[in-house]
Amino acid sequence: MSVRAITPDYHGDFKDTEDKYHGQRLLGLSWDHNGLYTNPFCIPVAPDMPFAALADQVIPKLFGPHPDFSGIDWSKVTWYRGATAFTPDRAKTLDENGIKHKALIRFALPSPGPFARSLGVAA
Amino acid sequence: MSATEELKPVKKLNLKENYSLLTRGLGWEPTYHTKAAVYPMMAFEGIKIHDWDKWEDPFRLTMDAYWKYQGEKERKLYAIIDAFQQNNGQFQVTDARYVQALKVFINGVTELEYLSHRGFCILSREFEGVGPRIAAQMQSIDELRHAQTQIHAISQYNKYFTGMSCFPYQFDHAWYLSIPKSFFEDAVSSGPFEFITAISFAFEYVLTNLVFMPWMSGAAFNGDMATVSFGFSAQSDEARHMTLGIEVIKFLLEQDPDNLPIVQRWIDKWFWRGYRLLTLLAAMMDYMLPKRVMSWSEAWEIYFEQNGGALFVDLARYGVRMPKYWEVTVKEKGLVSHQLWSTFYQLRHAVAFPVWLPSDDEMDWMSAKYPDTFDKYFRPKYTYWKELEAAGTPYIVDTLPVLCQTCQWPTLFAEPDDPMQTCHRESVYKGETFHFCSDGCKDIFDYEPEKYVHAWMPVQQILQGNCFLPGVDPTAPDFNPLVEALKYMGIKPGIDGGDFATCQDARNWEEWTKRAASMYEAMATPPVATAAE
Amino acid sequence: MTDTVAPEQLVFIALQANSDTISIIEAIMADNPRAVLNEYPAMVKIDAPGRLVIKRETIEEALGRSYDLREIQLNLISLGGSVDESEDEFILEWKRV
Ligand SMILES: [Fe+2]
Ligand SMILES: [Fe+2]
Repeated sequence: MSVRAITPDYHGDFKDTEDKYHGQRLLGLSWDHNGLYTNPFCIPVAPDMPFAALADQVIPKLFGPHPDFSGIDWSKVTWYRGATAFTPDRAKTLDENGIKHKALIRFALPSPGPFARSLGVAA
Repeated sequence: MSATEELKPVKKLNLKENYSLLTRGLGWEPTYHTKAAVYPMMAFEGIKIHDWDKWEDPFRLTMDAYWKYQGEKERKLYAIIDAFQQNNGQFQVTDARYVQALKVFINGVTELEYLSHRGFCILSREFEGVGPRIAAQMQSIDELRHAQTQIHAISQYNKYFTGMSCFPYQFDHAWYLSIPKSFFEDAVSSGPFEFITAISFAFEYVLTNLVFMPWMSGAAFNGDMATVSFGFSAQSDEARHMTLGIEVIKFLLEQDPDNLPIVQRWIDKWFWRGYRLLTLLAAMMDYMLPKRVMSWSEAWEIYFEQNGGALFVDLARYGVRMPKYWEVTVKEKGLVSHQLWSTFYQLRHAVAFPVWLPSDDEMDWMSAKYPDTFDKYFRPKYTYWKELEAAGTPYIVDTLPVLCQTCQWPTLFAEPDDPMQTCHRESVYKGETFHFCSDGCKDIFDYEPEKYVHAWMPVQQILQGNCFLPGVDPTAPDFNPLVEALKYMGIKPGIDGGDFATCQDARNWEEWTKRAASMYEAMATPPVATAAE
Repeated sequence: MTDTVAPEQLVFIALQANSDTISIIEAIMADNPRAVLNEYPAMVKIDAPGRLVIKRETIEEALGRSYDLREIQLNLISLGGSVDESEDEFILEWKRV
């Protein structure tokens, strides 16, 4: 299955390869069943940023306004890289955690918090 | 020729004979070039045509009749537009929120008419058969007329309201307008048979009724005679285009059995692409028409489930089935308008029209129209956001969204069976990850990744630091790609976008009309009674 | 089997609601007893099971003047069904061939 084109072996240029981001790479972030944010976020990150910095600084900045955020028990959170669950190593970098360019990282709570439930997320 | 012959009355041709002279007699056999050289775009898509004369022309419109009726349509339309302007019709519409819908229309829809004009212009050269070439030529002229009449009609609003004066610029630059733009450019850059299947069949026959019937009827209901008139005037041509769409499908399928899988894939692809594009219309219908004729969900039932369903029952004899993922559209009909409006609200500082939360009256209407979804999933969020507004700490998101590589919407849609969970899909192609809003969009990419890797994705372009106006230095230490991108997109903070209640259009509306900017709310500044002299 | 109408599927025509179309709508409704008229702001949508016929003669009687069926283009908004147009009739139908 591939494109049919008037030009034989047509292939468009990749518009968003990692080399175009001045040393950074794109990262998607999403909180499953959070009820409030309508879409995942896309941010540029340094590949050598430790996962701890992502978890302790970046994620609170993005998701902190959510009333359930402060009550999250992070030891019970499941992390996903794409569709696959994984256990991040806080001491290692994003790259060492397998978080490559344009990865989408999601986190899911064992059950929704009270605010998410008040917005209609099923318990 | 003798004098007696000249006087002999000419036999009056009937409609079919007349039309066949126009569409068959005008072609000729090339002698010093091969047909393949004259019509080089006919083969690469894999479509097989054996006999172009089998093309059936449903509307047997000859040139004399075409110009006569089109001229009459224009005279009627411009009489109404003149009357509208002379009577300051722009202030007779329900309120200043309605005007925001026109802003979306002129910035995001009118350009599609122009792209359609270009697309059919190309087809009127590329098709080997004379019948479809004539039909494409007429449609090309129609589409140009649609673009022009829309610009003329809306120009009156542009004299009084913000955000409409640079529509071609915004269409080419604003992040959310890459959604309609990429839709049409995908079609124009495909091939002649895919283009006509995409636009004439999947879009015009199956989907545009939703734009031109319930939405335009809604414009009339909100007192906008200029818009309803250009809408219906355009749609009277559209009826002819739709008929072309269905004839194309039948012709392709009757010509060769090998055409079926190709055509079915195009129907699947373009139905889904068109459906995703129409999310914009869903939000316009449910949120931007202050007085509402019907909900998006009801319109989807009538125009897609019922009328579209009848069409596909008819096409079953050719082996064509309903477009893939149509069931998902039915599951989503109670969700998409609300999901999109919530997203626009969340990103309201970055769109070129102001956004608002629905009033209590409107929320009651939504509860009644969306009994299974609105109170459960959306009213609580709007209520929370209203509380934050009242507390002086309005909710806002200033982080860019992940975009779908195919439709270019933020991935804002839900899992079809789990309305509170965002649908995430991804593909890895040649080592790079691509994100999608749905299975429909992922399938389209997976079939033609060579094409979609090349898409101009606004978020990616902003973060690469490519969106800034001339004179700005992207290497300067204080270069802020988000701030510069808004300027680049023609979005002026404080004038375009933001909160409706405090926007310039709302303030001007109240000052000029002495009526509330929203028919559901009190005036922000009640008119002061002037003391008698 | 030829030309057997699939009766349960609706065809439709939508017209602008204006003084030109009052007589046209009347004529269509008279010629198609199973048709249903839906009225919306500024427009009407006429649904009919399987087939809808618009006859020049009936419109001419209702209008009191001669009428070219192609004039319907002026007030047409949309339609559903396969079109067959001649000087005397404009037919919308879903056929099975
Ligand atoms: Fe058009
Ligand atoms: Fe998508």
